[in-house]
Amino acid sequence: MRDLSLAFGPVQALRDVNLQLQPGEVTAIVGDNGAGKSTVVRCISGIHKADSGEIEYDGSPVSFHNPEAAREAGIETVHQNLALVDDLTVWQNLYLNREIVHGIGPVALLDRRAMRKGAQEMVSTLAVNVPAVSSRVRRLSGGQRQAVAICRAAGFSSKLVIMDEPTAALGVQETARVEELIVRLKSEGRAVLLISHNFAQVLRLSDHVWVMRAGRCVAGRRTAETSGEEIVALITGAQAA
Amino acid sequence: MTQTPTPSAGRRAPTSDPTTATSSAGTTTATTTADTSAAATVPGGPSQSWTHRLADPSFWADWAALIGLVVLCVIFQIGNSTFLNINNIQAMLVAASILVVLSLGQTFVIATAGIDLSIASAMTLGAVCFGSAFGNGQPLWLCCVVAVAGSASVGLVNGLLIGVAGITDFIVTLGTLSAAAGAALVVSNGQPTTIVDRFLLRLSTDGIGRIGWPVLVAAALAVLSHVVLFHTRFGTHVLAVGGSKEAATATGISVGRIKVAVYSISGTVAGVGAILLVARIGASEPAANTAFLLNSVAAVVLGGVSLFGGRATIIGPVLGALLLTALANGLTLLGVSEFYQPIAVGVVVVVAALIRRFQKRAPRPLLPPEAPRALPSSRCETCPWPSARSRPCAT
Repeated sequence: MRDLSLAFGPVQALRDVNLQLQPGEVTAIVGDNGAGKSTVVRCISGIHKADSGEIEYDGSPVSFHNPEAAREAGIETVHQNLALVDDLTVWQNLYLNREIVHGIGPVALLDRRAMRKGAQEMVSTLAVNVPAVSSRVRRLSGGQRQAVAICRAAGFSSKLVIMDEPTAALGVQETARVEELIVRLKSEGRAVLLISHNFAQVLRLSDHVWVMRAGRCVAGRRTAETSGEEIVALITGAQAA
Repeated sequence: MTQTPTPSAGRRAPTSDPTTATSSAGTTTATTTADTSAAATVPGGPSQSWTHRLADPSFWADWAALIGLVVLCVIFQIGNSTFLNINNIQAMLVAASILVVLSLGQTFVIATAGIDLSIASAMTLGAVCFGSAFGNGQPLWLCCVVAVAGSASVGLVNGLLIGVAGITDFIVTLGTLSAAAGAALVVSNGQPTTIVDRFLLRLSTDGIGRIGWPVLVAAALAVLSHVVLFHTRFGTHVLAVGGSKEAATATGISVGRIKVAVYSISGTVAGVGAILLVARIGASEPAANTAFLLNSVAAVVLGGVSLFGGRATIIGPVLGALLLTALANGLTLLGVSEFYQPIAVGVVVVVAALIRRFQKRAPRPLLPPEAPRALPSSRCETCPWPSARSRPCAT
């Protein structure tokens, strides 16, 4: 991602942001509220379009006009609000806008059996024991919902999984489970982009940390070569990059 | 309708974290024993046993229309033994068919958390378009096409204003309610057109065996609607848009396109309703048909469809429409003045809403319950996830 800039009216949300992600690594973006972390994510996942700059993905410049285009390219996002439909079942949510159908064109009917089976496989390969794929999401606990959302992001052979505050609303145990999932995604060779306010978590999980401040990406550090103090100093601006 | 905890919910929820229950009480109901045990053992799957379902109050709320219909049938049958006479049942089914058709369209709209207030006006416009074409000596098939096109255009305008221009459903359809009624007056010049045609006469009086054509048309549309809503991608997307606009957008579903589609469906079925209406009364009138509008919304609500979208069935609104028709018919048979019928409809709808208010739903905790005390044995040995299955999970 090179020189990415985006303004909402008079507010310059991003200024010449440069950052890189590697497959098989967890890359974290940290920064204070309003630093532009979520905006970067929305640019990558096709919700916002950058005013200038370019995103290079798999070696070629890409430009996603909508979330669907990004999903087709293998970029899945776990949004902060999870983007699950409470009144639909787990399998319906997993296959939302990815439904398997019999037949073609306007007479295509849903292949509910195949989707249920596929959902069961997705859920079990990720060792995410949500109660049952045919239960409604409304019945799930916070951690189970998070698991379904991550499962959806990880399930469709995605190459890049973006997670915006995946554990912000979770308890200690469920956070541990989600972290385990993130490690698993990494070990499968996918790129994971993690946004978190939890420094301990960032230091524990990530391979590389990018620090954002006031719409700029001010520093990038290998996690192994940095410390919590240094990152805090970078975020607050006490230390220059 | 907001969910509120039932009085006993707090006490009967041993597995739910009390802070969770209170913090989420504003939007969702608290845990109940029935719900947690269901979620832990047989969570809402097809394996859910009938005894479980019967113990769940939401089952009763979902089937309020059917239960109400049975109760009404019993009461009216006791009051007047001709109520369940085969001829009266036939008459009721035919009388209900227009309302059933309109309710189907209304269901699609309400499933996306919208409301179509213009549905009856669209039907009126379709009917007078039919009359106008008929008056000009057009062939009958063309009259039918004109009727459907007239009504569907109202739906399309609704859809474009709501889905593309982004104006609130209520305001747009309130506007088109008035505009379509006005257009009907303009097209018809305020005059009813008498339509005498053998095909239409047969449509309203004949049928296959003892089942009238209007009933068959309504039944066919109901089956089609069910297939569309539950067995196509489009139907899933309709429910997704109604359930969570944000989730739908994030997964790449175009909310605007779905809105245009559901309002167009609503307008199109209003056109079918217009043909049935013309056949039934043998004329096209620029009448307001307000009762059809209110009853179509009432039937959908009785049928257990959430006005907030995301939850819908087809059988529910159909039963709701049958219930409302049976109510009017039964009161007439009992010799109650027809002036009381709107009151009865109002009472039934509010009571149905009241039942739904007290139905219980599984909780949606803001914070997950720590340490699942209720399921120590069902935890998987090798992975940290609580397993719903008795055997250890795959890893």
